[in-house]
Amino acid sequence: MMRLPEFRYCAARSIEEAAAVLAESPADTMLLAGGTDVLPNMKRRQQVPRTVVGLRGIPALGAQHNGNGLVLGAGVTLTHIVRDPNIRAHYPGLWQAAAQIATPHLRNMGTIGGNLCLDTRCTYYDQNYEWRKAIDFCLKKDGAVCWVATSSPRCLAVSSTDTAPALIALRARVRLVSANSVREVDVTDLYQNDGIQYSVRRADEILTEIALPPSDGWRSTYWKLRRRGSFDFPVLSVAGAVRLDPSGGVTDARIVLGAVASRPMEAREAASTLVGRPLSDEAIAEAAEQAFAVAKPMDNTDFTLHWRKRVSRAFVTYALRELRGDDMRDERVKTARQAMG
Amino acid sequence: MPEGRVIGIPRRRVDGRAKVTGQTRFADDLAFPRMAYCRLLRSPHPHARIVRIDTTRAAEHPGVLLVLTGDDFPIPYGILPVSQDEHALCRDKVRFVGDPVAAVVARDELAAIEAVDLIEVEYERLRTIADPIESLEHPEPRIHEYGDEGNIHKKVSLAFGDVEQALGEADQVFEDTFFYQGNTHLPIEQHAAVGLKDPDGKLVLYSSTQTPHYVHRALAKALEMPAAHIRVVATPNGGGFGGKSDPFNHEVVVAKAALLLDRPVKISLTREEVFYCHRGRHPVLMKFRTGVKKDGTITGVHLQTLLDGGAYGSYGVASTFYTGALQTVTYHIPAYHFQGCRAFTNKPPCGPKRGHGTPQSRFGQEVQLDKIADALSLDPADLRLRIVEHPDTLTANYLRVGTIGLAECINRVTVAANWKARFRKLPRGRGLGLACSSYLSGAGLPIYWNDMPHSGVQLKLDRSGGVTAFCGATEIGQGSDDVLVGCIAEILGIDPFDIRAVTGDTDLTPVDLGSYSSRVTLMMGNAAIQAAERARDILAQAVSRKLDVPAARLVFADRRVFDAEDPARGVSFQDAVCLAETAFGTLGTTGSYTPPKSAAKFKGGGVGPSPTYSYTAAIVEVDVDETTGWVTVPRVWIAHDIGRALNPTLVRGQVEGSVYMGLGEALMEEQAFRRLPARLSSALVHKFPSLLEYKSPTSLDMPEVFTELVENPDPAGPFGAKEVGQGPLLPIMPALANAVYDAVGVRIDEVPITPDKIVKALDAAREGKPARYGPASFPTVPWPEPLQVPPPWAGGDGHATNEPPRKSRRAARTADQPETVVRT
Amino acid sequence: MASQPGGRAQTHLACVVNGDPVDITCAGYKTLLEVLREDLGLTGTKHGCELGECGACAVLVDGEPVLSCLALAVECSGRAITTVEGLTRDGRLDPLQEAFADLGAAQCGYCTPGILLTARALLDRVERPTRDDIREALSGNLCRCTGYQQIFEAVESACGHAQPTLRRAQRGPEPVEGPRTSACGSREAPEGSEAEPSRRARAHGGGAPCAVNNAGRGDHA
Repeated sequence: MMRLPEFRYCAARSIEEAAAVLAESPADTMLLAGGTDVLPNMKRRQQVPRTVVGLRGIPALGAQHNGNGLVLGAGVTLTHIVRDPNIRAHYPGLWQAAAQIATPHLRNMGTIGGNLCLDTRCTYYDQNYEWRKAIDFCLKKDGAVCWVATSSPRCLAVSSTDTAPALIALRARVRLVSANSVREVDVTDLYQNDGIQYSVRRADEILTEIALPPSDGWRSTYWKLRRRGSFDFPVLSVAGAVRLDPSGGVTDARIVLGAVASRPMEAREAASTLVGRPLSDEAIAEAAEQAFAVAKPMDNTDFTLHWRKRVSRAFVTYALRELRGDDMRDERVKTARQAMG
Repeated sequence: MPEGRVIGIPRRRVDGRAKVTGQTRFADDLAFPRMAYCRLLRSPHPHARIVRIDTTRAAEHPGVLLVLTGDDFPIPYGILPVSQDEHALCRDKVRFVGDPVAAVVARDELAAIEAVDLIEVEYERLRTIADPIESLEHPEPRIHEYGDEGNIHKKVSLAFGDVEQALGEADQVFEDTFFYQGNTHLPIEQHAAVGLKDPDGKLVLYSSTQTPHYVHRALAKALEMPAAHIRVVATPNGGGFGGKSDPFNHEVVVAKAALLLDRPVKISLTREEVFYCHRGRHPVLMKFRTGVKKDGTITGVHLQTLLDGGAYGSYGVASTFYTGALQTVTYHIPAYHFQGCRAFTNKPPCGPKRGHGTPQSRFGQEVQLDKIADALSLDPADLRLRIVEHPDTLTANYLRVGTIGLAECINRVTVAANWKARFRKLPRGRGLGLACSSYLSGAGLPIYWNDMPHSGVQLKLDRSGGVTAFCGATEIGQGSDDVLVGCIAEILGIDPFDIRAVTGDTDLTPVDLGSYSSRVTLMMGNAAIQAAERARDILAQAVSRKLDVPAARLVFADRRVFDAEDPARGVSFQDAVCLAETAFGTLGTTGSYTPPKSAAKFKGGGVGPSPTYSYTAAIVEVDVDETTGWVTVPRVWIAHDIGRALNPTLVRGQVEGSVYMGLGEALMEEQAFRRLPARLSSALVHKFPSLLEYKSPTSLDMPEVFTELVENPDPAGPFGAKEVGQGPLLPIMPALANAVYDAVGVRIDEVPITPDKIVKALDAAREGKPARYGPASFPTVPWPEPLQVPPPWAGGDGHATNEPPRKSRRAARTADQPETVVRT
Repeated sequence: MASQPGGRAQTHLACVVNGDPVDITCAGYKTLLEVLREDLGLTGTKHGCELGECGACAVLVDGEPVLSCLALAVECSGRAITTVEGLTRDGRLDPLQEAFADLGAAQCGYCTPGILLTARALLDRVERPTRDDIREALSGNLCRCTGYQQIFEAVESACGHAQPTLRRAQRGPEPVEGPRTSACGSREAPEGSEAEPSRRARAHGGGAPCAVNNAGRGDHA
């Protein structure tokens, strides 16, 4: 049986307390919310923290406020999001992203904050200690070479969070709290394209809440490519959001690709192509072509990289057609194995 | 067909309650006082010489009780007598990443995990062989010092008639190459075992094994102990599918550790280690040359297969023969030439997975038949109906076939799927594919030469009215305990729950060879019937005297024994037992089953014979997206010739489970490996030894399955039953490939059928190239001179005409199956 | 990180397991899975990967299915845990357990406990789930044996969909009944205790009786 290494456990009762423990030794302390990412990594010895700070007992992290937009505590579970009719109605992209994460059990445990902080993934990295020893480890952990592209100066582990692309498309912001600072950043600025330093969150900071602006006429969607109907991380995802004028013309648009780089990639040109015109087949095809250029998948997930890149066109098309109002349930059932409607 | 009161009725399986209450005791559920935990250190190198092992630091680690290395295990073992090539821990060489090198036993598992990392091993790396083409190209360095030559483990060439002449007589000859990627069993239960000394000082091993008898033999050999001093108990398996059929390193290690420490020692493998145990589907490259007349009848088939065996023998010699054994059982093939070659590579050993060696060539044959039908403008169902092998036939390769329900299976699925109206008529992107198969109901020969029964059953009856059935068969989820009890209950006229089954325990139960080759229902069932009929005869004699009714007129039913002509006149079953115990003393009977002698007398003819064969036809419906190649399977229709369904609930479960596993193989499962750039690394690793990245379909991925059972009792089977655990898997992969062709007009001559391959084939079609994805060619193999075996219709008697005179069996065994082949 | 086994950091866990208060000390690194199986002896909870990739270890924590392999034991204090051993109430199997046993939904039985608990949580939340609801709810539980179809049918049966369950006679003994006993040597079958003997029962074919006094003798066909 896989076993955790030994660690010191500290149950925090407040954000301040957690931040204080974290401040003692940020480099070898880890935060534990749902545990669905950290504990497998610890069992595989990808991370061996000396101290684990349990966030479960902090009431503020589980809170949700509806007001001018929506504020979610980072400890809100993914199941909570999936079951919230308000989120489903007003932020369908977030709902669809959350509903396609892992499995029902893992959504019962996993949190929205945890999904945003999800470690980047790679088939050379998400392996047991013994396996990684057999390849003499890799750049991301204990090794010198990125085996995905051996000449790469940086780690190419892939961003695999489902909710981040959706939240970027919705222009959400997160709050980062440390023992002596509080700051807010756009979700899009939370990430950088480096498999190791994929997040700007410092080791002493806690992601405490996510704020979504009012939905305000925005339509949103999330499409996820993976082999099976559950369990799997995305190997490509497309989050989209548009605002339409009464005649159907696009006034504003956002397209974000997930799982094609070490951070979610915004396809800005593709989105701006759509502005000022209706979501015609031609406009969608043009945007899909431009988004395709942004997608640079690497050979470190399931499926071949050429095929994943190729499919990005189709998935952007699906997303934009759904935003246009097409009935996409057939495509959903085929690709997601569920209607997601 | 006579209707039974137990047989043929959907029933709760006898072990159903235990399974739904969590009370079934799997190997890892066992705990004993003072139990210690074992972990194995596995090789990080694919091929290397062990220069030095230093266990000092590990032995000093707190909590560590024992450290073992290859020096502690001088005797090799292996499942087949011809490939005794494994040591519990590697002695001088490692042959794949994951090969066990050392073991640590500690008071808790975490201490063992920590200590394993403190063992220092110095290796000298050797050239790595990654696939069979490399094995052929690089005879050196040899992975093993035995085998047919270089890195070729086994070569086979069998000619049944003159195939070249037969192909010459054909109107058209079709030549196709196919590749079938390896995949693994993936039982949800990871292998576990507990070794301990019983109070008498004898060794006991509890293990999640499908074959306690073979583990028993291997332990006796590897530990140099009398088999009579070893007890192997097969705990119910949390799924097996063939993956728990070899004696494994960890079993030998904990047995030895328990003897040395005189305390119970448990090992519970991680999922990664289960991938290294493997023994799964061989990757097979194959070439079919098939001659047909205009009406589709086959004149001859020439089949070549190249198997990637991995690093050890396992069942590989049998697997090699199986890639060529059953083609003739399905369709009539007047002349047949089979050439098979298994190569050693530096990867986890391949072995028997559900369908053992046959799904790969079944895929090739069924896809090629679809191509033939297409080329000849024949309906693929009609073509197959025309060439289905005849019942009660001796095939070209001397397999004796009994009942054949294949035509009925084809008719059932084509009606159910509305085939005639829909095949080749669905809108582009949607398609139907048909494929068929056959499979053994138990291997006709045991794994080691002997003339003893393959299955034995003992019954104990006593004055309580209770019946206990003892049998060495192993419950791996398929329902073997239920078959055992069901057969006995039917004959004794009692309820299955009146019987206690004691199974899979070499101390308590008579030998049954194990849960492999779909042998248990047929062989154990027949043994159980014999034992039960003997018990019934004893009871009948006693009751006959008591009631003054002729024994032949007595009926055993509803827990009573009564006069068929006056049902009120009778005694309870319990009273019948008491009468018999009074009259004859302590009651017990035995039953045994030995398969009929094979008609094949040539060398290699031992693989393929079976008392009877099951048949299956399946239609798979697909939806293929032409842009992405994405495949969706909405529905599968399947009809299986079961002979007789003993418990239809369980039979249906086996069929649907086979469809499930077949779809996994067809669409997504791959035991794939990764070699790092040679200038930087010699690594050759399993690509993704995890349940997350080895893709097993989820509840959301499973289509609707419409199952039909064709029941035409076979005289060889218990109550007419044939196998169901493996055969229904076989047609799924080719049916899916054929459906993809119907949907978008491209051939995927490779398994798994993934969207990227479909897209490539569609691209090729658009560019005017052949609309297919698959291997281009079959390599040159130094085939041996074929054994010439004239078919029965050419005056043959089952012998090869050019085989050197066979020595006596004992002498032949010494030559062919040396007990120790590898001395390291 | 080497430390003396037995001298490993311990933690304290007070919770309710299957209705029983539990108050124990266990190794601090252990997950709920390990504590249930190793410290409490509740081996009905299985494991297939210990990484959250199969669902075999699913249990209910405060009524929701979670993976015990990814729950730190120390974080379960104060919570109510239900394992498969807790599904049986007052000596009666849960209707799901009855249906799974009757309808072939458990083959090897290894994934079964996790699936039963997940299905129990579904039925507690949705009275009459559709086939799609069931598929989705169970999509975190891999089953390698059944192909899921008989599992879906069993869940539907347990919540009253029109799926016939087996007659009791085909199910085996019920705890309330117990096996029928009569003293050895009683001369007559108990009056009216048996149903009308079946006419379609097969007649005994005769043959020479053979008394075997020692069941250990091999007797080869």
